[in-house]
Amino acid sequence: MNGWLLAIVQTGLLIAAAPFLAGWVKWVKCRLQSRQGPPPWQPYRDLHRLFGKEVVVAAVASPIFRSAPYLIFSVTALACSVVPLVAIGLPTTAIADVIVLVGFFALGRFFLALAGMDIGTSFGGMGASREMTIASLAEPAMLLGVFTLAMTVHSTNLASMISYLLENPFQLYPSFVFAAMGMVLVAVAETGRIPIDNPATHLELTMVHEAMILEYSGRHLALMEWAAMLKLMIYSVLLVNLFCPWGLVVDYTPPALLQGLLVVTVKVLLLGTILAFAETALAKMRLFRVPQYLALAFILCLLGILSHVILEVN
Amino acid sequence: MPLNFALLAVLAAIASGLLPLACAKSNRAIKLLAFPLLGLAGLCGIIGGGLALLSGTSHRLILPVGLPWLHTHLLLDPLSGFFMVLVGLVTLVTAVYGPAYVREYERGPQPLLPLTVFTGLFIVGMDLVLLAADAFTFMIGWELMSVSAYLLVTYQHQHERNRSAAFIYLLMSHIGALLILLGYGVLAGFADSFDFARMAAAQLPLGWGSAAFLLALVGFGLKAGLVPLHVWLPEAHPAAPSHVSALMSGVMLKVAVYGFIRFTFDLLGNPHWSWGLIVLFIGSISAILGVLYALMQHDLKRLLAYHSVENIGIIYIGLGLSLIFAGTGHPALAALGLIAALYHCLNHALFKSLLFFGAGVILQQSREHDLEKMGGLIRRMPVTAGCFLVGCISISALPPFNGFVSEWLTFQAALQSSVLSNNILGALIPVAAAVLALTGALAAACFVKVFGVCFLGLPRSERAAAACETTLGPRLGQIFLALLCLLFGVLPTWTVAQLENIARLFFSSGMPEATAHGWLWLTPVSSEVASYGAPLVLLGIALAWLLTWLWLHPRRRRFPVRIGPAWDCGFGPLNARMQYTATAFTMPIRRIFRPVWPITEEHQAPSAENPGGRYRLRVGDWAWLKIYQPIGRLLLGSARRLAMIQGGNIRAYLAYSFFTLLFLLLVVSL
Repeated sequence: MNGWLLAIVQTGLLIAAAPFLAGWVKWVKCRLQSRQGPPPWQPYRDLHRLFGKEVVVAAVASPIFRSAPYLIFSVTALACSVVPLVAIGLPTTAIADVIVLVGFFALGRFFLALAGMDIGTSFGGMGASREMTIASLAEPAMLLGVFTLAMTVHSTNLASMISYLLENPFQLYPSFVFAAMGMVLVAVAETGRIPIDNPATHLELTMVHEAMILEYSGRHLALMEWAAMLKLMIYSVLLVNLFCPWGLVVDYTPPALLQGLLVVTVKVLLLGTILAFAETALAKMRLFRVPQYLALAFILCLLGILSHVILEVN
Repeated sequence: MPLNFALLAVLAAIASGLLPLACAKSNRAIKLLAFPLLGLAGLCGIIGGGLALLSGTSHRLILPVGLPWLHTHLLLDPLSGFFMVLVGLVTLVTAVYGPAYVREYERGPQPLLPLTVFTGLFIVGMDLVLLAADAFTFMIGWELMSVSAYLLVTYQHQHERNRSAAFIYLLMSHIGALLILLGYGVLAGFADSFDFARMAAAQLPLGWGSAAFLLALVGFGLKAGLVPLHVWLPEAHPAAPSHVSALMSGVMLKVAVYGFIRFTFDLLGNPHWSWGLIVLFIGSISAILGVLYALMQHDLKRLLAYHSVENIGIIYIGLGLSLIFAGTGHPALAALGLIAALYHCLNHALFKSLLFFGAGVILQQSREHDLEKMGGLIRRMPVTAGCFLVGCISISALPPFNGFVSEWLTFQAALQSSVLSNNILGALIPVAAAVLALTGALAAACFVKVFGVCFLGLPRSERAAAACETTLGPRLGQIFLALLCLLFGVLPTWTVAQLENIARLFFSSGMPEATAHGWLWLTPVSSEVASYGAPLVLLGIALAWLLTWLWLHPRRRRFPVRIGPAWDCGFGPLNARMQYTATAFTMPIRRIFRPVWPITEEHQAPSAENPGGRYRLRVGDWAWLKIYQPIGRLLLGSARRLAMIQGGNIRAYLAYSFFTLLFLLLVVSL
């Protein structure tokens, strides 16, 4: 019972903190570019403003358009409950392993793309086409990275993966290095950050995610934006907790939990800062360079598998 | 008892095929006789097969008919029972869907009779294949199935396209039948009998076993549609009436998979791991090429046909993993691979027939088979759209629907490759898993295209704008299949527990861990390795949705939705031609995987005489261009060269006879 309560609190925390991470990345980026920038809590204000606005829906919209925001937000929120944030061994992590987690993102993306095509504007179709193309290359790379980890730790359950790493003495697996590099590249592509997609642009030549949600307004838009922030949050937590699991707690005592929370916050904010640095240093890529970028991610993850098979299996 | 139901199913199908002959004049009487009997056949098949599967028992019967020295052996074990259930399910839905669908053929140039007669015989053929326990009965059932499918494909024979599609199908299925016959010949040579029980007991040396395995792989692969043996599929499926396409794609391909499983796992036994590697390789190639070719199609049924190639590939990946694990002495993992493959058979039968039934409704209501002319159908046919959406989600392997479960199980089987001592296998299997992941992601892209272009947006033609919802029967059939897709997605633990009865036939251990943690949790290897709580996923999504909805409810009251025009960038009203087309949607993928397809592209910029401009894209099939056409040319060329001996000169013919006689005398004297 304690576990379930903790799982619910942890999920709520993840959902509540996601806008802050997005705001933090933006704030650091502005600072790096010598701009004042909105404060990190600006996304909360934006969401609050959107929730308090009227919703305009196109006359030709089908039920898919109106239910997609709810569905996408629910699926992403469910995905949050699977990710170990502070503690491991929570009952919710058994609902879905990491392959199912990838499936959740795919389900959300499926409806996002359909919602983009629903109104029949060119922008929606364009965004949907690009998103599905990028995803169809990113997903296998992501899964291959996951497989690399799974073969070392003999599990695809996130909790078992992390506890295996925590319990065994630290070892630098070459396969992990490759998988980590590959999965960072994939995470950037999947969360729609520079150099794949620019969340701050509405230029028709470059936008992907924004093109699909162009027709949304009010609370629908807020849910869509929030789901995108959640996705960034989930990927960040996943990366830091899989490749740097120290600080996660196994016993559920308040001081330990508090300490775990502190550690994970620092780790995620650090990752956000690195992301901001990368986004400042890099320019957005042409759409048709993206396959090469994702092929690199795929090759890195493949090298991870091969180095696991060649070097680490005895 | 289960066998009696199975026999009743065969009898009902025979009656459904033959009784309408008595009242050939009246279409109404034909429909009243054929379809209810077909439904009865389906229902009996489900009950008989289901009882055998659930109880895990085998039932044998020897009928004193057949060849003088060989009685007809029948066997209903969990494996054939499972496939019997698949045939029964789709037959049952066909019986509900058919009467309204064939209405359009009543006005057509053909009589209705051949369609119903051969549909009945088609089902009989499939049921016989499943029940057969000797090679002779098997081949009779197989040929009955193949030939009646040919006659169904060629039903609308006024179109030249359909005739050639049917001919290709007939040709390829007969080459396949020949190879299967040879495969049985090898087995019978060692067993000294055509009886399956004796064949299974016989021990084959590895060389002969491999020869028989390859014959079976190619022979059954021709029917199942493995790349590069798939070329008949995208031709035959669009030609056949839609409910027949659903039967062909949904279950006939599965009967071929059944034949392969029966032959390799049961009759041959003791598989060598290299067989598994071959199957895994061919399966991966079929899966990825199937989905890539499907992406480029604009004819809805042709697209679905290529997706059948993809799904058969996924099934064969599971079978290949199972053979590899079985050949290296890991029976529990072999059972996992087999169960994943069988689960995907079930899922593919459900969602592919659902999609073909949906395609049939679209075809009938809008008279369009080209995606580029559809659009906005969700507003005109909401029930069909909803069911089609379920099919799209299932085939794209998204949780919590059924397609996801079987792909997840296949992934879990692939991830256990680290138990293998062979390093090369250990590295190749994860690559196959990555191919499977790519396939799934591309399938999702393809079905976003299909659903988005077909059902969403604005109608792209007048006929699409005028389409309306279908009648009750087809709607009920689709809803039934859509519900089953959800049910088998949410209750995987129960399903896997039943499928274990089949795995126990070949691998005595089964998978005791898979279902050990109650109906909520599916844990294929152990709960530490991987778990999936499908009912909880559905519950979680529903709960999160409800909470979000309740939380936003006060705001919904304060700020109701305002309906307005779509944003047009201030340039005046949007029209249907401004939407992304199916061709445009897949353009990035076409560019990335360019060498995969033979593509011819023609552009014509807008000019004074042709203000619209023109763009034409033709996507062919390399298998056709590089394999079948050269073979065809070679055959024709050598036939022409051989024809020289037919000079028409009587003296030459006398000389042939004379020299033949001399040669034969020589042979006899030696």
